[in-house]
Amino acid sequence: MRPVQLRNSMTEASSAIEFRDVSFVLPGGRTLLADLNLEVREGETLVLLGRSGSGKTTTMKLINRLIDPSAGEVQVEGKRTVDWDPIRLRRRIGYVIQEVGLFPHLTVEENIGVVPRLENWPAERIRERSRALLALVGLDADRFAARFPRELSGGQRQRVGVARALAAEPPVILLDEPFGALDPITRREIQHEFKTLQQELKKTMVFVTHDIAEAFVLGTRVALLKDGRLILLDEPRALLRSPHPEARAFAECFTDAQNSGSHA
Amino acid sequence: MSLIEFFSRNGRELSTLTLEHLFLVAVSTGIAILIGVPLGILLTRKPGLSKPVLGFANIMQTVPSLALFGFLIPLNIYFFHVKILGGIGARTAIVALVLYALLPIIRNTFTGISNVDPAIRDAGRGMGMTDRQLLFQVELPLALGVIIAGVRVATVICVGTATIAAAIDAGGLGRYIFRGLRANDNTLILAGALPAALIALGADLALGWLERVLQAGRGMRAPSKKVFATGALALVLAIAAGYFLVGKSASAIAVGSKDFTEQAILGEIVAQAIEGNTDLQVARRFDLGGNLAHEALAAGEIDVYVEYTGTALLAILKSRPLTDPKEVLRRVKDEYARRFKLEWTEPLGFNNTFAILVRGDDARRLKLKTITDAARVSAQWRAGFGQDFMSRADGYPGFAQTYGFHFQEIREMDLSLTYRALAEKQVDLIAGNSTDGLIPRYKLAQLEDDRRYFPPYDAVPVARQDTLGKHPEVRRVLERLGGILTVEEMRQLNYAVDGDKRAPRDVARDFLKRKGMIS
Repeated sequence: MRPVQLRNSMTEASSAIEFRDVSFVLPGGRTLLADLNLEVREGETLVLLGRSGSGKTTTMKLINRLIDPSAGEVQVEGKRTVDWDPIRLRRRIGYVIQEVGLFPHLTVEENIGVVPRLENWPAERIRERSRALLALVGLDADRFAARFPRELSGGQRQRVGVARALAAEPPVILLDEPFGALDPITRREIQHEFKTLQQELKKTMVFVTHDIAEAFVLGTRVALLKDGRLILLDEPRALLRSPHPEARAFAECFTDAQNSGSHA
Repeated sequence: MSLIEFFSRNGRELSTLTLEHLFLVAVSTGIAILIGVPLGILLTRKPGLSKPVLGFANIMQTVPSLALFGFLIPLNIYFFHVKILGGIGARTAIVALVLYALLPIIRNTFTGISNVDPAIRDAGRGMGMTDRQLLFQVELPLALGVIIAGVRVATVICVGTATIAAAIDAGGLGRYIFRGLRANDNTLILAGALPAALIALGADLALGWLERVLQAGRGMRAPSKKVFATGALALVLAIAAGYFLVGKSASAIAVGSKDFTEQAILGEIVAQAIEGNTDLQVARRFDLGGNLAHEALAAGEIDVYVEYTGTALLAILKSRPLTDPKEVLRRVKDEYARRFKLEWTEPLGFNNTFAILVRGDDARRLKLKTITDAARVSAQWRAGFGQDFMSRADGYPGFAQTYGFHFQEIREMDLSLTYRALAEKQVDLIAGNSTDGLIPRYKLAQLEDDRRYFPPYDAVPVARQDTLGKHPEVRRVLERLGGILTVEEMRQLNYAVDGDKRAPRDVARDFLKRKGMIS
């Protein structure tokens, strides 16, 4: 690591990702993200919570450099993303998006092996890794390895997506509404399995959702976004106490659901 | 002759033409894929280019194929002393076919890749794929079905357009179609059209099946880089080999002909006379449509063909009509030597001009000898003329004015149909060709052009100066052909082919033997 970055890592030793005064403006002039200051600590799961269009996915794409900030800077492992080779950066970051992200022309095993293959792992090691990961996410490798994505249920597809993101052992994982398209029952099951996995792996994760219950199950901390601005950054419980109208709107959803008994 | 009978008699020729046709289609489609797919990919990377490139490909498709051939023939493009473009033959045909096949391939590659779900593309990029990896591992495999659909359209276009390639001596099933059209022979037309349609149908079915398999997604893998590179290299080599082998024959002299019966016979007469009296090998490049024979001669693709003085004067030199045969020959001789370095040798002896024809019994009954005689009695007559005669500089308007004709009615129809119309008394006077074999067949009488309105169309072999310089024996053979044919003899030879359905090759051989030119 170069000395100029050493200063950063000494002052903020525990931050894996950091946003400093970051804005993102579309070429047409629409602002998707304004003056974001945010820090993701090593090993924590930060949930980005907000309505559709609040800037969650934009924030996420700034981390793996699918887009570059219009102003300010994003740092990953103490180095500005614009200084990273985007390919190297992305291969250090696992990425899970809604179920469409699996490649339809590749089998489950091949999908999981994409990044290891890009990294030129030997075939045998890729195969072992794929099967181990399938077991980790609760899928029988013998039954599922040779299947194509469209031969899987939504929940199974999502498990494969998580396994794929973990394949090359990245220190950071980004998850963009990974469970958004699942039915509520499967969704709860997979959330709890994921929670277990999280405790086992201790990875840094950034998790996008608009479901406050999910934020409570999975989040170490929650960042609430509205119209491209950060409203609150705290542990999930703090959300229920916040006076901000957007926080209260989300909190009400949560308590409503609990009171009507559909959520334990 | 029924179609089945024709196929069983001409099985070998049919299979040769079919193979030629398949070769043209395979090579053209192959080149179009090698150009079109990378170009389509480039467009997805530089969307600004898509409008001009697709626009160009679109325009190419609207250019009539004969016009495109005519445009390509005069080109003379060399690559290290190897001619790669221009001239007659399969190579020029392939270039034209490639231009036609490009649009569907470029367009489908472009849309196929553009239509890949952006979320999938994002997933690939987010996982750290480079642009090249994204292309080969994700976009191309997913777009493959659509690209194959484009190749399918391109192939069918090529099968159809390749029939026209026969007009520039590229071979293929178009030969039957063109021969059939000229001889008004439906069996021949079908003999070319039916196999071509079957090829198109077969290619469409096979590629359609491939397309379905690939679109189903099952069993479709991104081929490994090695397989991909090997396949592409093999395709390039095969196509390059095919492209340069085409038309590479060791023969010293190439004899050409235009695309009608008389020309096929004259081409054979010239070719066999050279073969029989020299040690030279002769290649036949017959059936060249329009002015292609002249362009091929000027470009050095052929060494000699038989031209008509009047055609050279009007259609090639674009001069005013002249009527004195000696004057016309002198003019074309001088101009050709000066402008094209081509030499007019000895006239063969007959004049294939417009023949003003009436029924033989009318001529006897009304004592008609000259066109002036006919003009006096023609007030109640109906005339039948081909489209060509109605429009050309030495055609109807000047003719009617010179002789003072006022017909009751003029019927404009296909030239080949005017003879029958005259024989069946649907018209009373036509303008045919003086050497047409149908003149004796229908017992028609040709009236003398007593006011010398029509320019002479004396048939004369025209050769390249450098060829005659290199091979003086060819000049001697062509000189011996001088004055060998009268109009009556040419009519008989034409009828032997058109009426008796004999092969031009055999008719020419019998004729030369009779004249003692060959043994």
